[in-house]
Amino acid sequence: MVGLEHYLILSAVLFSIGLYGALAKRNAIIILMSIELMLNAVNIAMVAFSRYIVPLMLTGQVFAIFIMVVAAAEVAVGLAIIIAIYRHRETIDATKIDLMKW
Amino acid sequence: MPSELVWLIFLLPLFSFVIISLFFRPFLNNRPKLGGYITIAALLGSLGLSIWALFEVMAAPGHSIPIPDINWVVIEGGLTIHLGLILDSLTAVMLLVVIIVSLMVQIYSQGYMKGDPGYHRYYAFMSLFTASMLGLVLADNLLFVYVFWEMVGLCSYLLIGFWFHRPEAANAAKKAFIVTRLGDFGFLAAILLLYFNTGTFDIGQLNTLAAGGALAGTVLTWAAIGIFAGAAGKSAQFPLHVWLPDAMEGPTPVSALIHAATMVAAGVFLVARTFPLFAHSMEAMTTVAVIGGFTAIFAATMGLVMTDIKRVLAYSTISQLGYMMLGLGTGGVAIGIFHLFNHAFFKALLFLGAGSVNHATGTFDMRRMGGLRRFMPWTYATFLIASISIAGIWPLAGFWSKDEILVSALQAQPILFYLAMITVFMTAFYMFRVVFMTFGGDYRGGEEGHGKPHESPAVMVMPMVVLAILAVVSGFWNVTGQFGALFGHGHTQGFAEGFFGILTHALPWISLILAGLGILLAYAIYSARWLSAERIGAMFKPLYTLFLRKYWLDELYEQVIVRLVLLKGLFAAFQAVDSYGVDGAVNGLAKGVMASGKAIRRAHSGQLQLYGLFIGIGIIVILACFYLFG
Repeated sequence: MVGLEHYLILSAVLFSIGLYGALAKRNAIIILMSIELMLNAVNIAMVAFSRYIVPLMLTGQVFAIFIMVVAAAEVAVGLAIIIAIYRHRETIDATKIDLMKW
Repeated sequence: MPSELVWLIFLLPLFSFVIISLFFRPFLNNRPKLGGYITIAALLGSLGLSIWALFEVMAAPGHSIPIPDINWVVIEGGLTIHLGLILDSLTAVMLLVVIIVSLMVQIYSQGYMKGDPGYHRYYAFMSLFTASMLGLVLADNLLFVYVFWEMVGLCSYLLIGFWFHRPEAANAAKKAFIVTRLGDFGFLAAILLLYFNTGTFDIGQLNTLAAGGALAGTVLTWAAIGIFAGAAGKSAQFPLHVWLPDAMEGPTPVSALIHAATMVAAGVFLVARTFPLFAHSMEAMTTVAVIGGFTAIFAATMGLVMTDIKRVLAYSTISQLGYMMLGLGTGGVAIGIFHLFNHAFFKALLFLGAGSVNHATGTFDMRRMGGLRRFMPWTYATFLIASISIAGIWPLAGFWSKDEILVSALQAQPILFYLAMITVFMTAFYMFRVVFMTFGGDYRGGEEGHGKPHESPAVMVMPMVVLAILAVVSGFWNVTGQFGALFGHGHTQGFAEGFFGILTHALPWISLILAGLGILLAYAIYSARWLSAERIGAMFKPLYTLFLRKYWLDELYEQVIVRLVLLKGLFAAFQAVDSYGVDGAVNGLAKGVMASGKAIRRAHSGQLQLYGLFIGIGIIVILACFYLFG
């Protein structure tokens, strides 16, 4: 029987992979993908909570839909920024984008 | 006598200082005589007032007249400093000494300083000095005394360095100022010590406290020794005597007034003023007596060999001041002050005589003088009288006060008495050495190109004659013990038996014989030439060199203490503490902040991912803290 905890473990694993990717990867596109991964980990957790704790209400599912919309918008903005940076600096290596230094 | 008039005694010369420096010097510089006239007029006024004050004091019960105070500084609930005057026998006598000598010196200076471009400046400083000295004598609290004490020191500095374009004069002025400052440090420390222990600066109250036993023990001893340190600086007592011979670089009338009669006697006066503090501390009394007795003989030995007439007189002054201290330390106020009183007149006269000789020959070097008795009979006669007086020959002034000191020394400190007896012999010798070298024999040319020596003008001779009369008669005041009685002093043995009564005792005869031997020896060497000075000098070569080089004390102070211990040692150590310790701490703090900033800014790599990692770690740490510590 697949229970709530399995979904939560899956969510946590996905979130951790996403977090690792966001913090450790150099390629800006992969960082963006990792962020998507974290958002989707949250979606899974939301839907699972909703399904197991208040099965008659759809709060979690509604939230997940909102998150997807926001994520789509975020990807659009993020990719635009990455393209702008690439055009400017010929790289999307995050370690080279260090204008905030000192 | 109205108290306003007592204030006027020292305010009159102060007015003359203000008028000369504010009006005469800027606007009437082409009329130099005015400065002298106004100074002399102010002093005549002060003289009248102080004679009046003396008679009032003599008539007053307890020989003291109360003068209402003025509140100077009032701090609510805290300290009140009175600006007050004291008028007692000590003050009255000192006023008389200061004003008479100052007046004579000012009259004399009209001749001596004639044509000097700094004439107005000279009289302005002399007026300021006289005012400060009178204020010092009149002041009734230690703070007020200290202010005037420093003012006379300042005037001394200004007047020693009067011819400041001469480097020797400028250096001598600095030396005098710095050396006396060492003693003044002790004086200031003593004032503070007394204030913290008694809460008062008032001399009368302090004296009462000391006499009543409320102020006693270590505090009293240290306070007295501190005051004596100040006195030793001003009065050129060993080991702070080195400034006085150099102070002779100033104009000679300045030496007569400041460095012979008045300012150097301020130390003796200060000890006398705070005498109860000394009298109730055995250690302090012994210190005063020993330093005084030692200085007397120590300075006399150097006086034996100097060839500069003013330097001989300077060492003589130090020696006589040592006598006064010895008198204070063994006898009492009256004995020390009586010698001060007599000494002021004959020593001022000796200096004025030296000035007159310099006026005639253009030099102070006795080896270039000689035979002047024929050219300047008045100077010779007055100088001779003063020399006899200082040598202590009956019945001149010096005899009465010096023998009284000898008697009290014999009773209190026999060892110092024997030293003082040797000093009597030396005093007579070096004074008559000066007389014979300067006035005896044949003229040896003087300063080159100065022309034939001549008697000084009347304006210079007249004050010398007045002082010569005083040098004869001033001692008679205590012939029957009246001077001592004025100070509430008991009779010293043999010193109240009148003019001839004194000669029934053995001691005066011994001192007279010693003085006579000194004169005889000087005659034998420098006049009759039975003995050769060079041969004797060669015979006692080590001693002669020791005396001539002033025991190498100047070298010790300058080379060893100032250059080595202070400059290379203490000051270098302070410098090191300052540059490495203080500066090091400040600079180190700044450098540390910069270094830590440099280290920490490495963390600000601009890598957002790294920031994110730290944020994550931070959240985990916070959560862990919540979990662990609730």
